[in-house]
Amino acid sequence: MYTEKVMDHFMNPRNVGEIENPSGVGEVGNAKCGDIMRIYLEVEDNIIKDIKFKTFGCGAAIATSSMATEMVKGKTIEEALQLTNKAVAEALGGLPPAKMHCSNLAADALHKAIEDYKNKQKQKEQEQNK
Amino acid sequence: MRRVYLDHSATTPVRPEVVQLVNKYLTETFGNPSSVHAFGREARKGVETAREQIAALIKAKPEEIFFTSGGTEADNMAIVGTAMANQTKGKHIITTQIEHHAVLDTCKSLIKQGFEVTFLPVNPDATIDLELLKSSIRDDTILITMMHVNNEVGTILPIKEVGQIAKEKGIIFHVDAVQSFGKLPIDVNEMNIDLLSASGHKIYALKGTGCLYIRKGTKIAPLFFGGSQERKRRPGTENVPGIVAFGLAAHLAGQEMEAEAERLTKLRDKLIDGILEKIPNVQLNGHRTNRLPGHVNVSIRYIEGESLLLMLDMKGIAASSGSACTSGSLDPSHVLLAMGIPHEIAHGSLRMTLGKGTTEEDVDYVLEVLPEIVEKLRSMSPLYNSMKLENNEECSKCTQKR
Repeated sequence: MYTEKVMDHFMNPRNVGEIENPSGVGEVGNAKCGDIMRIYLEVEDNIIKDIKFKTFGCGAAIATSSMATEMVKGKTIEEALQLTNKAVAEALGGLPPAKMHCSNLAADALHKAIEDYKNKQKQKEQEQNK
Repeated sequence: MRRVYLDHSATTPVRPEVVQLVNKYLTETFGNPSSVHAFGREARKGVETAREQIAALIKAKPEEIFFTSGGTEADNMAIVGTAMANQTKGKHIITTQIEHHAVLDTCKSLIKQGFEVTFLPVNPDATIDLELLKSSIRDDTILITMMHVNNEVGTILPIKEVGQIAKEKGIIFHVDAVQSFGKLPIDVNEMNIDLLSASGHKIYALKGTGCLYIRKGTKIAPLFFGGSQERKRRPGTENVPGIVAFGLAAHLAGQEMEAEAERLTKLRDKLIDGILEKIPNVQLNGHRTNRLPGHVNVSIRYIEGESLLLMLDMKGIAASSGSACTSGSLDPSHVLLAMGIPHEIAHGSLRMTLGKGTTEEDVDYVLEVLPEIVEKLRSMSPLYNSMKLENNEECSKCTQKR
């Protein structure tokens, strides 16, 4: 039911882990639904220098997390914001229809992490202005 | 790669003796049992032998066995057939919250037709409260339908006690024995069972064959019309190869039952004890001892069932889970939820059901591979780390208090 690419990213996930003192963290889903994705960012000069994820969920949830991190690593914040859940699924050669909604949330988690990064930046600027 | 099949509650391979017999009935003895000629008579003989073999296994009379297309049809026939034939007496049915969907959904379909159904809650180990059952019985209760063994967690339900209660109240008692038939002793008289569903492919026979035992004198309406087969209760040309396969498999299951139950219980307990010992934060689902030989169901916390199944599959191990991804809905298994298991723990359930081909080496292999897979998935899980931290915090608090 899963493509070879999905199975590859599931069995050998890229960028698993956490980042200490991350520039931003984003999380979507909840344990009750059976899916949680958490993405950690390290941003330098507006570029995603490092990205890590931790995911509780099915094969599709883990594979999309892995693929999403791979797709935006080294990209600018603006480029990363362009990433959609649909694009992640397409890069994996597609997902079973039932998985398109419940497990394909990696881009959302990424966007939340970027939002967190931007909020932190604003806070820093405000503190500096004081 | 080693291949270990641990999904015998889903289906089983057809045993060689049965394959041989089926082959004969596909090629030589292919006649229609309703035909007058020798081809037909030989096929008829095969069907009637199977009926005797199945009846013998549950201490019934051969004429009380009616062949169906499987367990689901037998459940439908028992419940809808009883409801239709007895609705002038009453329109209330009692069942449990942990039945197979073949029973649950059939009962729900009757609600739409004006019947009332009580779905009894269960204890955390999937057993039922007999007092609650007694208090649920009404004057208009016409049927109690209950499984013998729960397919997901393996707990054995107190069928004999329920049968006694049903008999005293004059209520028809149907048992869905799909998981227990051929594996546990069943005596329809001693257990006061009026209707009983069984399936062939769970006991090393073919898919697409099952039967309903109907105690003589039980009022039941047919679901199908169109011929005189199965004494008009289940018309349609008999699935002769499937029926003879079911009969032989039932006969052999009866002969081997005691020894096989003992063997599987040992392997099951080794697997359960090994998992609980080697993997932290794991719970057994279902009753510890009062469970089907060869049935294991555990919840492994902080990981999700489907990803666990996929990784086991990559190591050649076939199992199943009650997670939402595998239940075909957004919620995890209705059985685990009815037992009061929280969603997040139900998502991490793993069912391994052992069978004829399972060896001790297979169990050892699972005990070697499973902890590694769990560790790998937990290392990816955001829940696991935060739990570790919480535990550490708790521990440090404890130390501080001391």
